[in-house]
Amino acid sequence: MNVPASYLVALSGVLFVLGVLGVLIRRNAIVIFMSVELMLNSANLALIAFARAMGPAVEALRGHVLVFFVIAVAAAEVAVGLALIVAIFRTKESIDIDVVNTLRG
Amino acid sequence: MTTDLALFIGLALIAVVSAVSMLASRDAVYSALFLVLNFLTVATFYLLLHAAFIAMVQITVYAGAIMVLFLFVIMLLGTEREDIGGSIRWQLPVAILLAVGLAAELVIGLFRSAEGVTGQLPAVPDSFGSPASVGRLLFSEYLVPFEVISILLLVAMVGTIVLTFKKREGSR
Repeated sequence: MNVPASYLVALSGVLFVLGVLGVLIRRNAIVIFMSVELMLNSANLALIAFARAMGPAVEALRGHVLVFFVIAVAAAEVAVGLALIVAIFRTKESIDIDVVNTLRG
Repeated sequence: MTTDLALFIGLALIAVVSAVSMLASRDAVYSALFLVLNFLTVATFYLLLHAAFIAMVQITVYAGAIMVLFLFVIMLLGTEREDIGGSIRWQLPVAILLAVGLAAELVIGLFRSAEGVTGQLPAVPDSFGSPASVGRLLFSEYLVPFEVISILLLVAMVGTIVLTFKKREGSR
């Protein structure tokens, strides 16, 4: 596929904004968490597009390595985050984030 | 319109529509499945951008392991339904306003900085982004971060067990 990398970066921006919108409008903690994953994924897409635009240089592959690390950290983050959601569900009997308002003044 | 552009537009439409459907569906299971579709579309983009290794990692780790974890938790908790109508009435308009603002900022930033990437993509050899080439870099220059990742995953595993550990009655 040979389209300008700016198209791919624009798509990545659109997906990122959709992820932000998901975090802002949804109240189910799991769906909010999935929106965060969408944002991470859009950042990865931009990194891969930039790596491709840098061409055959070996330096360009560092973008791929960075994406690999992002995916590994995201896996760790998902494991801990879902454990937190399960813990919240145990105490509050719900994962609606409006219920988690113990710190409200 | 070239074939490449048509391919890009088709895949981009699938990615955006699946992301919007993920936000719009009331059932969290549907949301998760739409997100899987989105991840698979992005993996196709990786394949088309000469990032074969990352595409396979994306499918196995993201679309596979992570989303299975999500589905497990959704079904374990049985909280896939969300009651419609939030307690904050102005949440939706303000959220849309903020998202539009962020989108405008991204567009401006993109137009200012994208001069270097608006041309056609340069030709790359077939080995670009293959498991061998990425692996060589990963195990030479990035060996220490690679090992640190293993510790991070171990810590995450221990943390998950600690967080979800149920204390038995009678034990400390």
